[in-house]
Amino acid sequence: METTSTGFMAQCYELYGAPALGSLVRVGDPAVYAVVHNVTTAALDLGRRVMARGASEATEEAVYNNNPQIARLLATHIEALVVGHGVGEATKYRLPSSPPRIHAFVYCCDASEVAAFTDGLDYLHLLTSASTPAIDEVIAANLRLAAESHSDPDAFRIRAGKALAAELAGDIARLNAILRGIA
Amino acid sequence: MSTNGNQGDPGKLMGGTPLGTVVGGSLSEGVEVKLNDDASVEDIPVGSYVVIQGETKRFFGMVNEVKLAATDPRLRTTPANLSDPFVAEVLSGTAAYGTITVRPRLLLPMIAGSDAELAPARTVPAHFARASKASDADVAQVFGVEDDRHFAVGTPLDMEAVVCLDLKAFVERSNGVFGKSGTGKSFLTRLLLIGVLQSRLSSLLIFDMHDEYGWAGSDAERGRQVKGLKQLFPAQVAVFALDAEKSMGRPVKPDVMVEIGYGDIEPEDIMVLRETLNISEVAAESSYSLERHFGKGKWLKAFLELEGRDAIFELANDININTSALASFHSRLTNRFARLPFLVEKPAQDSVQALMDQLDKGNHVVLEFGRYGDDVPAYMLVANLLTRRIYARYRDRQMTETAEKGKSTTPLSIVIEEAHRFLSPAVASQSTFGIIAREMRKYNVTLLVVDQRPSGIDPEVMSQIATKVCCLLDDDRDVDAVMTGTSGSRELRSVLAGLESRQQALIFGNAVPIPVAVRIRDYGTADSYDSLMRVASHRSAKKSSSSTVPSESASSVRGEPVEPQASAGRKDDEDELFG
Repeated sequence: METTSTGFMAQCYELYGAPALGSLVRVGDPAVYAVVHNVTTAALDLGRRVMARGASEATEEAVYNNNPQIARLLATHIEALVVGHGVGEATKYRLPSSPPRIHAFVYCCDASEVAAFTDGLDYLHLLTSASTPAIDEVIAANLRLAAESHSDPDAFRIRAGKALAAELAGDIARLNAILRGIA
Repeated sequence: MSTNGNQGDPGKLMGGTPLGTVVGGSLSEGVEVKLNDDASVEDIPVGSYVVIQGETKRFFGMVNEVKLAATDPRLRTTPANLSDPFVAEVLSGTAAYGTITVRPRLLLPMIAGSDAELAPARTVPAHFARASKASDADVAQVFGVEDDRHFAVGTPLDMEAVVCLDLKAFVERSNGVFGKSGTGKSFLTRLLLIGVLQSRLSSLLIFDMHDEYGWAGSDAERGRQVKGLKQLFPAQVAVFALDAEKSMGRPVKPDVMVEIGYGDIEPEDIMVLRETLNISEVAAESSYSLERHFGKGKWLKAFLELEGRDAIFELANDININTSALASFHSRLTNRFARLPFLVEKPAQDSVQALMDQLDKGNHVVLEFGRYGDDVPAYMLVANLLTRRIYARYRDRQMTETAEKGKSTTPLSIVIEEAHRFLSPAVASQSTFGIIAREMRKYNVTLLVVDQRPSGIDPEVMSQIATKVCCLLDDDRDVDAVMTGTSGSRELRSVLAGLESRQQALIFGNAVPIPVAVRIRDYGTADSYDSLMRVASHRSAKKSSSSTVPSESASSVRGEPVEPQASAGRKDDEDELFG
């Protein structure tokens, strides 16, 4: 939907079908890897405000069932920060020379892709230096998710924690906040 | 992967455990090494050795400071939630890390194990040079391996490698063994003496205050008796004794019973005792007047034989000395000397000659004081008197021989205990020991001083002590005295303070390339004797053609009655000891 060198925005095919905050996604070929840092669901037409519905409905699900147009008028978007890209077989933890194209397909990475990508942790530098809101929560979420794809999650968490400590050497308060989120 | 630039494979070039990376520092203060995540400050005691692999040089140094640091100063005021083991593990070595300061002292050959000479370090390794614990091979390269010239004294505190003393450098100058009471000075001295004795680089004259070195010594810690030098090296060691009663009660009699004639005591011997006997300077100096009055060699006997105050007053008037000073001098000397049985009018033999005979044969002499070892004035009197006369002979002989043939006599090391009494600032200028410490190296006589109060020794004498072997010292003044004039004394102080109270010592000076804290090798078990004697037999096999092992017993030289075993049994003793 919108791409820059440091990130992109994508619309999900399904309403509320966004990947989890902090998850690793892949786009284009050669692959550009990015971490989801924001998920938005809003009216497709930004000029029309969404009206509150369902005052007489018993459940939230009934609101959607009785107003099937809602799914057509709303859309879920994700915003992701680029953290690396593939060059041949290798993975580079830096920004690609050109951003992904509009209408490129965005895929959620599976566990093996996540494990392979997070084997190196240099991408944390791109995340920690990003100025997006609540980025520390995104980093913590990303590392929590990544740990699950590794065969030894505890060892990964410690390795990642130490890498973060090196990145945030002068900001112990921020480091502490992220570590609390990983634990 | 690399989290902080310290990891990778720093140990690849070196044998020891990788520690960290050089991040700053200077030659005078030492270089700072940031420890790797997996290296704990708790495993790196001050004084341990580190090898730093520079770009073109390998540096060997000693840890002189261990510090805790944090990347963010706020960590001190708002500590992280360390109750969570995950957080604690992440932070240790990263945000909170350890550093050590290493003072480079030597340059090692780039190729470990090569025979290239060690050189003093005059620069520091570059940034990010990798530091690792010194391996046993590195330490062996620095301290040498046990051979004719090197004697193994022990192992570094946290290593298995052997630390060897360079005996040639050791015997060339005066040395000191220091440590507070009960830290194993005698134990250590005995080992050092065995090393010197085996090397045959020097003769030894040991004034054995508490009968620790001659026939047998005691190991107070284990409550056992250990072999003295005579038991280990019967053919090379002659035991002289002062206390006939004590010496006669054991299996092997001393080689010589020492007697001192009143005539042998000179005013200078009394001057040395001035502080110990609490005699005023006026009174002590009156001994010179007494010598002039009564005659050389007769004055002491004549003075001690005076009876009654009138006789003393009359003498005081005759020689123009304050009467009360002379009376108190008389009573002090009478109280002290009149009841010493080894002080006789006419000795059966000339003890100094007997001593010289032994030393000339390349033998070593232990003078056991028996019960008189607790009598400090008696110990000082005998030690000073004998040393003064031996010193005179060595000096004369050295001057003659140097003039005639250009060769020197066998060096002599004199071992004295309670050295501060002989070498205090007030006495050192007069005592023979002071002279020896200051200038006798050129006459081939050196001292091995054993003392618990080095602060009591004249600083001028201390500055001449080339190799210092220090057990634990508590008193700051003593530590100051020992460390004066030593480079890097600040780091050595912390090493010294960290020694255990027994069987550990800090050695620095001529005989070791760099200061070293050692765990002293064992002595007193069958195994320890075996390991010492293996080296001895190896050396004696190598040197048998040139050695001067005496074929006669010590006593037979003087015609003194001797136990048959002392001479006839010697070969058997050696065979048994040497296996």
